[in-house]
Amino acid sequence: MTPRELLRADQRFIADLVPQGARVLDLGCGDGALLARLREERGAIVRGVEIDLDNIARCVERDVPVYQGDLDEGLADVPTDRFDVVILSQTLQVVKRPRLVLTEMLRVGRRSVVSFPNFGHWRVRAHLALRGRMPVSDAIPYSWYDTPNIHHTTIADFRDFSADCGAVIEREIAFVGGDGGRPQLVRVGSNLLADEAVFVLRRK
Amino acid sequence: MDSTDIVRRPWDETASAGVSETKTLALDGVITLASGRSLEGVQVAYETWGDLDRDGSNAVLVCHALSGDSHLAGLRPGEDPETAQPGWWDVMVGPGKAVDTDHFFVVCCNVLGGCSGTTGPSSVDPETGKPWGLHFPMVTIEDMVDVQARLLQALGVHRLLAVVGGSMGGMQALAWAKRYPDRVGSVVADATTWRLGPQAIAFNEVGRRAILEDPSFAGGDYYDAESQPESGLSIARMIGHITYLSDESMHKKFGRRLQASADYAYDFVSEFQVESYLAYQGARFVERFDANTYLYMTKAMDYFDLQGDAPSLAESLRGVSARFLVLSFSSDWLFSTARSRELVAALREIGAEVTFAEIPSAYGHDAFLLEPEAQHKLIAPFLANGLRRVSSAGEVQ
Repeated sequence: MTPRELLRADQRFIADLVPQGARVLDLGCGDGALLARLREERGAIVRGVEIDLDNIARCVERDVPVYQGDLDEGLADVPTDRFDVVILSQTLQVVKRPRLVLTEMLRVGRRSVVSFPNFGHWRVRAHLALRGRMPVSDAIPYSWYDTPNIHHTTIADFRDFSADCGAVIEREIAFVGGDGGRPQLVRVGSNLLADEAVFVLRRK
Repeated sequence: MDSTDIVRRPWDETASAGVSETKTLALDGVITLASGRSLEGVQVAYETWGDLDRDGSNAVLVCHALSGDSHLAGLRPGEDPETAQPGWWDVMVGPGKAVDTDHFFVVCCNVLGGCSGTTGPSSVDPETGKPWGLHFPMVTIEDMVDVQARLLQALGVHRLLAVVGGSMGGMQALAWAKRYPDRVGSVVADATTWRLGPQAIAFNEVGRRAILEDPSFAGGDYYDAESQPESGLSIARMIGHITYLSDESMHKKFGRRLQASADYAYDFVSEFQVESYLAYQGARFVERFDANTYLYMTKAMDYFDLQGDAPSLAESLRGVSARFLVLSFSSDWLFSTARSRELVAALREIGAEVTFAEIPSAYGHDAFLLEPEAQHKLIAPFLANGLRRVSSAGEVQ
């Protein structure tokens, strides 16, 4: 057995949300680590979509089937309700057309799981309010001029956005301190106190 | 992985597959073709590399393209490694290469209708005692696959770990998955298509016309004649080469440079480098290829349509159980990414395990012969995982 690879904190939460034997699609699946874990631990039937060729090669090494595609072009090839769970992990903020991506997720999957860094976190607010500088933090590590993150959102904004896209929020997991150590769940005042969030959605 | 693996570039290890001899197998009985005609006493020229496992589970069939043959990799007996040209996919086949001959039993055979040892239009028609010529029955991609299936049966291979092919070879690989779903574990469909579009058929037709209208073609009965349809075949090859390149690769390779002089000759001689290149490719091709085979191969490609009579491509693929790796190349306009995506969409629709990637390359359709590194990084782990699955399934049993 190879040693278990470390998953990001949001991926660990997502992994716990996937039922046994589920059909799972991971959009922007990166190197396929999460999908490989889901197959191993949950017996999931996994598929990925990824744009980067090197990441695709990593997926092939892990024996994770992956389709090279651009999420901003939608998922026209995928039939409605094909998957039990569709994952968008730390990817919402980099897509050009978040509304298209989320409505497509809701269409092709019975459940959608979205994780993203919370731009409403107090450090981010303080960065801008007190220093007058674009925020850089553990959860948002890029400078404004070279960031792939073009659609930052807050937990409060995402609630509105998902409703607007025709989604019902089934679960909301907000946490802080994902990098490295044990993440701490934030149950009250999450939009101010949590630096990351995982939402579970379904179609209305 | 140890440190030597990091620097090793197996695709650069020329002729590492070693020396292989072309063998010939005579198939028993009759092959019934898609056209309804049949062939008896078919000979198949083939080569193998590596060893077949005791349980016969590690066989990989590599299918060649239009102008290929069974000489996939390495050298032929007696060839000088310093000067000889290795097999046509030497970069991908050998120890440590994507199609790893240390782990797989690799088979490549000349296709039915070919001119490199397998029965084709240049073979002798037993009824007349003369070469078949255009009396040879029309062959399809599926007919080629049926012959390969008979060969593999004779070699003790009842199920392929994988079938791998580029271009026309990829068509065969796809046909395998559909025609023999229980006998194929994995498919690598490289720079190929589930059917040609009108543009590709048009270029094939112009090539065929060049051959058919060459006065030396003589209705296909030129084998004993003094003059051969060299002009027609070389023009067909020149057209083919244009379609294998991209606008960008032609700009890089030739630009508008003149071959021999600094000034225009104001004459119809071959002047531009691109003209000399095409003339050279045409001339080299006629030395090794049969004009009739060119007609049959291009027609087989034109006829190929994986969808067949089904209402949709996905519908036609129901029952296909193989896992797929589909690769296209960004500048390949002949076997385009758009067509590959249609195939992949159909495979996803039926729930097949399919990985798809478009490899960035300026080389056009030729990229599948010229971009070993990117292909290696995808094909090597794909095939290795196929073998790992078979081995672990065997352990469970």
